[in-house]
Amino acid sequence: MALLEVKDLHTSFFTDAGEVKAVNGVSFFLEHGKVLGIVGESGSGKSVTAYSIMQILAGTGKIVSGSIKLNGEELVGCDEKVMKTVRGNKVSIIFQDPMTSLNPTYSIGTQLMEAILLHTNRNKEEAYDRAVEMLKLVNVNEPEKRMKQYPFELSGGMRQRVMIAMALACEPDILIADEPTTALDVTIQAQILELMKSLQEELGMAIIMITHDLGVVAQMCDEVIVMYAGSICEQGTADEIFYNPQHEYTKGLIRSLPSATTAGTKLQPITGTPIDLLNMPKGCAFAPRCDAAMKLCIEKAAPNIQVNEWHRSACWMCIKNGIENGSIVVEEETESKGGDNE
Amino acid sequence: MSENNNKALIEVKNLKKYFDISVGLFRSKPLKAVDDVSFTINKGETLGLVGESGCGKTTVGRTLLNLYKPTSGEIWYDGKLISTPADIREFRKKATMVFQDPYSSLNPRMTVSDIIGEPLDIHKMYENKQEREDRILELMSHVGLNSEHASRYAHEFSGGQRQRIGIARALAVNPDFIVCDEPVSALDVSIQAQVINMFGELQEQLGLTYLFVAHDLLVVRHISNRIAVMYLGRMVELAEAGEIYDHPLHPYSQSLLSAVPVPDPKVARANKRIVLSGDIPSPLNAPSGCPFRTRCPHATEQCAMEMPPFKEVSKGHFVACYKVDEIN
Ligand SMILES: Nc1ncnc2c1ncn2[C@@H]1O[C@H](COP(=O)(O)OP(=O)(O)OP(=O)(O)O)[C@@H](O)[C@H]1O
Ligand SMILES: Nc1ncnc2c1ncn2[C@@H]1O[C@H](COP(=O)(O)OP(=O)(O)OP(=O)(O)O)[C@@H](O)[C@H]1O
Ligand SMILES: [Mg+2]
Ligand SMILES: [Mg+2]
Repeated sequence: MALLEVKDLHTSFFTDAGEVKAVNGVSFFLEHGKVLGIVGESGSGKSVTAYSIMQILAGTGKIVSGSIKLNGEELVGCDEKVMKTVRGNKVSIIFQDPMTSLNPTYSIGTQLMEAILLHTNRNKEEAYDRAVEMLKLVNVNEPEKRMKQYPFELSGGMRQRVMIAMALACEPDILIADEPTTALDVTIQAQILELMKSLQEELGMAIIMITHDLGVVAQMCDEVIVMYAGSICEQGTADEIFYNPQHEYTKGLIRSLPSATTAGTKLQPITGTPIDLLNMPKGCAFAPRCDAAMKLCIEKAAPNIQVNEWHRSACWMCIKNGIENGSIVVEEETESKGGDNE
Repeated sequence: MSENNNKALIEVKNLKKYFDISVGLFRSKPLKAVDDVSFTINKGETLGLVGESGCGKTTVGRTLLNLYKPTSGEIWYDGKLISTPADIREFRKKATMVFQDPYSSLNPRMTVSDIIGEPLDIHKMYENKQEREDRILELMSHVGLNSEHASRYAHEFSGGQRQRIGIARALAVNPDFIVCDEPVSALDVSIQAQVINMFGELQEQLGLTYLFVAHDLLVVRHISNRIAVMYLGRMVELAEAGEIYDHPLHPYSQSLLSAVPVPDPKVARANKRIVLSGDIPSPLNAPSGCPFRTRCPHATEQCAMEMPPFKEVSKGHFVACYKVDEIN
């Protein structure tokens, strides 16, 4: 049984302008001790997917349908009491914006210790030691002194590290890290990623790593989900996604990266503007920006196509390419694992 | 990225910027944000500036443009020393800045045309209203903004579009030189590529010279001719972009480059990162001698005595380290 199983998740925000379908049929598994990366354009639904798992959606947000199972137990529609034990104990999250999740009126130490006391079997003294130890681990200097300080007294990068310390201190089964290292510079980022990796190996913790940074994905992740406009357009092992991308959006994303060999040349950005979730096109959501789009793409979104054992992609191009080179066998049914939004 | 004709447009000599920080009630202490930094930037060249957060990159950019008054040191522009207030005023028309954060650096209550027009107003760069308007529309088309956007407010735009507005504003005075302070850090990968291309195109069209600050080293490598590495207010290494990537000589540059996450799983897995130990020292209490010695695996007593000289070890490759030969 998978540690976490998300099946055909639909989450929407019901705004004055209409229903914003932020997550549109997302499905995936997460096993113990694995690191799953979620990448995709800004606004593609990465954070909302995470918030849906934690059931911490903002006011107008609602899980419309689908299933989220943690150790086989259904979380969609479950009692808030159950969710309280899930959050922090079993699943903890490092938020994109550290200010939203640290309470400005309590000291760092108070907040860290509270989290530790609530979620682990430690007494006050042990919790204090653990808090200091965690601050040291995330490379906050003079941790004893920091324990007495308030969030506004720390720099952005330091607040982010405190958040990471807090999430890890609870020894969750699953850590959701939403852009955990954007405010950090590369040397500290490297330390934090190494720390996450070692905790994952020691404790068997699973990680969902949401990030824009494909370098971080390459370094950390076993599996990768690529999202576009609320749906998974491609998923597979990290090697498959980087070395054998099939969806035109993924290809565009990888093409647009600068590298050692691009100096002096033009980069190749994805053209066009991001999609308007209030006015989703009929066919493939990426078709309006896709250079390879065919008539079929505009009319009908592609189902998930099994590229190989480790890799699925919702792009008609992989059928076209596959038929042309005879390497792809088309599956009849797709048991609607995302992508297929009819 | 155009070929550089080796004529220095910007020369910075022994630049220092100290901030007074109060410690206790009546005492203050200098925070040495930039400490004795010298470099030149040639016409049409892009000099990349990297280093960890707080090492003084933004302060170099701002002090260079006289947005901060230098504590000491000289700034030469096109062979002339900038010294009098009149020099500074003239210089400001030739040298501008694009700021880091497209979300907070633009006033959300101003329209796009007001934002871009403001520097034109400040420097009285038009005869009549029509001329002002025309110039604004010209600038907008330079950066790929639609003329219909002119009357809209900054908050109605996406991050990439806002960054374009910021760049159009920086271009308004017809500068020769632009300090780009982390201009793409807040952007999505694909939008980042659009904006980076735009910097390249503008450089070709208008012959611009850039100081390009960024923390993404792959971006810096892509866009720069030469790269300078700073640590705690000091410049520790400077070389051609490819050279510094392939043969970093300073132990700090080596650890910095080894920490860059490479978007290639096999390379990333094989990559041996040089993880630094020790706390990052505060610029208020910088270590004696070489600022990096408290975290440097190769430091000896000599390193604590005096700041190592910034020496040219091979053509165009400068490094400030006593141990260069031993380490490499
Ligand atoms: N509270 C809300 N009300 C209305 N729409 C929302 C709300 N929160 C998110 N959305 C919309 O849901 C979509 C998905 O947002 P989400 O935050 O998941 O994006 P993301 O992939 O995490 O992007 P980023 O990389 O910028 O963090 C976006 O189009 C966003 O505008
Ligand atoms: N106006 C100021 N007053 C006092 N100290 C300042 C001021 N501006 C910067 N500093 C200090 O000077 C040092 C260098 O800051 P600076 O902003 O130049 O760093 P940076 O390299 O641009 O960092 P980042 O990558 O985080 O932007 C820091 O210690 C900072 O706290
Ligand atoms: Mg997000
Ligand atoms: Mg800065």
